[in-house]
Amino acid sequence: MREIYNYFKTVFFGVKSLLKGLKVTGFYFIRPWTIVTQQYPENRKTLQMFERSKGELVMPHNENNEYLCTGCGICQMNCPNGTIEVKTVIVETPDGKKKKMLDRYIYNLGSCTFCGLCVKTCPSKAITFSTKFEHSVFNKNKLMKTLNKEGSTLKKGAE
Amino acid sequence: MSFIYDFTGFNQWADTALRQACSPFWAVFWEVLIVGIVFLLFYAVVGLYLVLAERKVCAFIQNRVGPNRVGPYGFFQTIADFIKLMMKEIIPIRKADKFLFNLAPYIVIVINFLALAAIPFAKGLHAIDLNIGIFYILAVSSMGVIGVMLAGWSSNSKYSMIGAMRSGAQIISYELSVGLSLIAICVLAGSLQLSVIVERQSDLWFIFKGHLPAVIAFIIYLIAGTAETNRGPFDLAEAESELTAGYHTEYSGIKFAFFYLAEYINMFIVASIAATLFFGGWMPLHFPGMDGFNHVMDFIPPVFWYLGKTAFLVLVIMWFKWTFPRLRIDQILHLEWKFLLPISLVNILVMAFFVLMGWYFGL
Repeated sequence: MREIYNYFKTVFFGVKSLLKGLKVTGFYFIRPWTIVTQQYPENRKTLQMFERSKGELVMPHNENNEYLCTGCGICQMNCPNGTIEVKTVIVETPDGKKKKMLDRYIYNLGSCTFCGLCVKTCPSKAITFSTKFEHSVFNKNKLMKTLNKEGSTLKKGAE
Repeated sequence: MSFIYDFTGFNQWADTALRQACSPFWAVFWEVLIVGIVFLLFYAVVGLYLVLAERKVCAFIQNRVGPNRVGPYGFFQTIADFIKLMMKEIIPIRKADKFLFNLAPYIVIVINFLALAAIPFAKGLHAIDLNIGIFYILAVSSMGVIGVMLAGWSSNSKYSMIGAMRSGAQIISYELSVGLSLIAICVLAGSLQLSVIVERQSDLWFIFKGHLPAVIAFIIYLIAGTAETNRGPFDLAEAESELTAGYHTEYSGIKFAFFYLAEYINMFIVASIAATLFFGGWMPLHFPGMDGFNHVMDFIPPVFWYLGKTAFLVLVIMWFKWTFPRLRIDQILHLEWKFLLPISLVNILVMAFFVLMGWYFGL
């Protein structure tokens, strides 16, 4: 008797859990406005990108054309693809000390896999990802980018 | 009972016209040719648009849009796919059994056509009205496994072979439940002829008339029918994550398209048998004693009733596929032999008892 009870219990609970699953999929099926796919080329004007999306590596500069990068090279060491090259120069400060400064921050977009290790390990939070993702160019040399702008300097007191 | 839309007169008129115009042999020849071409077109259109419908349904369930670039709402997507498949190279498999390898897709397609022939689309719109219609459809559709097994065997590939053996075990097991759940309805109908079964539902559909046993038979038929088409949660015969593509791994181009279309037509056949036996086929929704309502329902053409019911059941089968995870082979056989088969056997007994005592609704 116990076995027969258990048999029907199995059938009943099996059907119940299947119906629960059907309810979830049916819920989304009859609600087309829950669709999350972006209609990309059509909605290019109004496209809203998410803050966390990784478009390309950028180095933010403030209004005085100053950046935060100290040229330590940790991002270059962490990059698995050799995408980043940090070129530094030794400059002499007015009080006679020798100091390593960033000269050119070279970023090869063509070999970047957007893993984000550089941004994650940067000790001065000098680099970040922008949400711009339309990168296509006709010449691959255009993918080699220098991230620090012309004439920019390190922010005072950031080192 | 008279129907507004009746194709019997038109059929007789066409038959007499042809017989007057040419000799009996040529009359039969032209009739067979016309019906064949109509079915060929029907097959292609239904197959292609079910593929599109499946892609759309699955997209909507998964919060996506689905194909929407070829034509409005992706309306010509599957036609473009079909043209692409036709132009693709058919790769010959060196160690395959050439004859059987080439034969297998055609067996699957031919069996689909044989099953489609017996389905009533409307009154008089019926290729052959056999007096053992249901038995014929069961017998023919259970032969579909031959095509699958041949494809698996002749490919000379381990994936194909495993897929075909799984498919064989599964189809042969679930054949029992399909047959037994349909027998329960045949007991209620008192006939195996599909046109008679539809006529008997003119006062009330069998799923309402037979209440509890009919509903149980319907659920069992839907589960077993899904399993028989190698679809949905029972698609382990072509489980793409473990067997690449199962029995049609080695096929390419148009032969692959044949297998692909055959799967969808099988689904259509399963849904239309369910619609015919449980939901009255082309019979409009009638309730005894509500003459005004019944008369209004008669104005909707029976072809639309038939296609609407079939489309609904196809949607339910697709809904299964995109909801449930795939079963293991032992779970599939467990479900059939320990649950569906005993329940459907008891269900026949209950149905027979109810029919004997007259405990069903309607006349």
